[in-house]
Amino acid sequence: MSDLESFRSETRAWLEANCPAEMREPVRDDADVYWGGRNATFKNDAQKAWFEACRDKGYTVPAWPKEYGGAGLSPAEAKVLREEMAAIGARPPLSSFGIWMLGPALLHFGTEGQKQRFLNEIARGEIRWCQGYSEPGSGSDLVSLQTYGEDKDDHWVVNGQKVWTSYADKADWIFCLVRTDKNDKYRGITFMLFDMASEGVSTKPILLISGSSPFCETFFDDVSVPKSYGEDVPAYVGEVNRGWDVAKYLLGHEREMISGADGGNTATIGAAMSRNAGELDPIMRAELAMFDVDALAYAAMGEKFLDEIKVGKAHPAQPNMMKYAGTELNKRRHELIMSAGGSTALEWESEETSGGKPARNWLRTKANSIEGGTSEVMLNVISKRILELPGG
Amino acid sequence: MPLYHDDDQAMLAETASQFMGEEGAIAKQLRHWRDRDCKDGFGHGLWEQFGEMGFTGILVGEDDGGLGMGHVEAGIVLEEIGRNLTPSPFLTSSVLAATALNHGSDDVKGRYLPGLIEGKSVFAVAIDEGAKHRPETIACKAERSGNGFKLTGKKDFVVHGASADMLVVAARTSGSDSDEDGLTLFAVPKDAANMSHDAVRLVDSSIATHTSFDGVELDGDAVIGEVDNGRSILNAMLDAGRVGSAAEGVGVARGAMDMTVDYLKQRKQFGKHIGEFQALQHRAAHLYSEVEIARAAVIKAQQLLDGGSERASLMASVAKAKVAKTAGLAVREGVQMHGGIGMTDEYDIGLYMKRDRALQEFLGDAYYHANRVAELSGY
Repeated sequence: MSDLESFRSETRAWLEANCPAEMREPVRDDADVYWGGRNATFKNDAQKAWFEACRDKGYTVPAWPKEYGGAGLSPAEAKVLREEMAAIGARPPLSSFGIWMLGPALLHFGTEGQKQRFLNEIARGEIRWCQGYSEPGSGSDLVSLQTYGEDKDDHWVVNGQKVWTSYADKADWIFCLVRTDKNDKYRGITFMLFDMASEGVSTKPILLISGSSPFCETFFDDVSVPKSYGEDVPAYVGEVNRGWDVAKYLLGHEREMISGADGGNTATIGAAMSRNAGELDPIMRAELAMFDVDALAYAAMGEKFLDEIKVGKAHPAQPNMMKYAGTELNKRRHELIMSAGGSTALEWESEETSGGKPARNWLRTKANSIEGGTSEVMLNVISKRILELPGG
Repeated sequence: MPLYHDDDQAMLAETASQFMGEEGAIAKQLRHWRDRDCKDGFGHGLWEQFGEMGFTGILVGEDDGGLGMGHVEAGIVLEEIGRNLTPSPFLTSSVLAATALNHGSDDVKGRYLPGLIEGKSVFAVAIDEGAKHRPETIACKAERSGNGFKLTGKKDFVVHGASADMLVVAARTSGSDSDEDGLTLFAVPKDAANMSHDAVRLVDSSIATHTSFDGVELDGDAVIGEVDNGRSILNAMLDAGRVGSAAEGVGVARGAMDMTVDYLKQRKQFGKHIGEFQALQHRAAHLYSEVEIARAAVIKAQQLLDGGSERASLMASVAKAKVAKTAGLAVREGVQMHGGIGMTDEYDIGLYMKRDRALQEFLGDAYYHANRVAELSGY
């Protein structure tokens, strides 16, 4: 038996022993997702047991090194774990922006001291992070951001406002882009880390067209951010004034995630819609068939993209293409789901629709082609960086 | 299996790209033969060169003198054919007919495969019996007669029908027109009596025929596979052809796109390169995305077909439909973005539009294959 095969059978046995039946059900609402953090509570014992088993094994962040709370799995082993978890429908034990976004940035740019402290906290689900990028007036044009940190030797005094900060009201700490030099658009931004409990930080939820949202506005009013949290633990990632490099690296990760390159939103819908709606209008059936063609083709692209990333064959701007195509496809999917659902899909609060799920999901997908860089910005990047078309 | 070319395949791609770019180039082949009103629509000299390069026998088993490679490799050659609009009988002979012949007896293989591998023989396939691809219905009849069969009926859109040394013909030996069973494939030699070809030049300057069989007498050894059990071979042949023509279509799309992107970088209007205009940049970037996705669908279909997967047939239709839509977009954007010059015969972009139109129709268009995807998915 090869090493990988024996890893697979060990993994299968471990999952069988440690993943409770309740954790093998699809996620239905936000309470089914465990986000960790200082104020976290578990929905039930099964969620707690599953999280703790994974934490102790390093499976909240399986591919991270062991000294930072991971399991130190190779990419091939991590893939086996993903496959075996998918096979039993296991829920993620811990969801967090620390895992998806800050972690990869720290692994790439962080000091040893930062890695020891923050990565371990993230892996153990102790600190819940949120992301402070966008500002009113600075959406996709992030480098125009205005939040300003005034240099006071051993600390900064930060003033300004962030917007679309997901779960800011529930987060413990924020990773945040702050302007520290007003004279240089790109080389004047610092990637800061600070506590949301700091004096002068406040948040306010934003109500969306879908009727709810994880988004907040976040305000900084003379917030004092120390430059260091101890030896080799600076309060910023990378260098002062060079936070844009970190932000760009992170946006790449975010786009891969939103594009659903993991196969998350590539399923076909024609068969399911015809089961729900009965006899399909022939034109509707044709639209569904054309959609399914595009979805299956995009699924192949997702697979190809991941295969190419592993061996460094993908163009560095390819995540922009995946994000563009994937989010446009997802919007089309939900338009069709609404059409197939007919008037039932319009019900906003009924039991039939589990509280208006089809309509709320449909409205939510409209943000897919806005958040993490709009479709138009993706097209700009493709035309400049891949097709190398001229112009500024 | 990762969804990109391995080292051997990458080497083949380089060889095919260089060969087709030099020997199969538009000026040297497509325009050359078109301007001379060539009755075959392609050059036999180039076809023999295909044989020397080893391309002709890619899908033929090593025991039969071929290379025993797969649809990924055949697709590599086809993509370069598409990119250069190289007229050749590769798709009909080396992909479609070869797939059928691989299911034939040693006798049938021995009669036809050596000529194919040498690039001396040209084969055509006679499936359609109307303006649209509908292989579910076959009315052409082959009735038992003596030791053999008597073939009667009519086939349309037989590409290279008049210049082929042999035609693979799908005919009914029992049952009614739309039955799954009762179908038989025949290898009909060029010189068979009572067969006539009405050759027509198509928009892409290839030649196809309306072929009539008016009591064509065939020996029993003209049968490919088993009598009445031809549907499964026909399906295998069609899947190979779907994936193959999709690969060629990706080549057409990439050729048209590359030409157009180059033009955007060169052409100046209103004092700047037209590639600086965001309206055109966004359309070009959208096109790029679609072409990449179509290409991924094709490679996936090729690998599934080579691996004998149950999903291969579904993915073959996905690839054909996706490519038909994408290549169509590529050539339309190509002509539009070239402006007036794109409408001239002198400029190559219009040739891409013409080839795409013919390729879309060959073995079923996007509507046919999207419908098939729905049926295979159970709705």
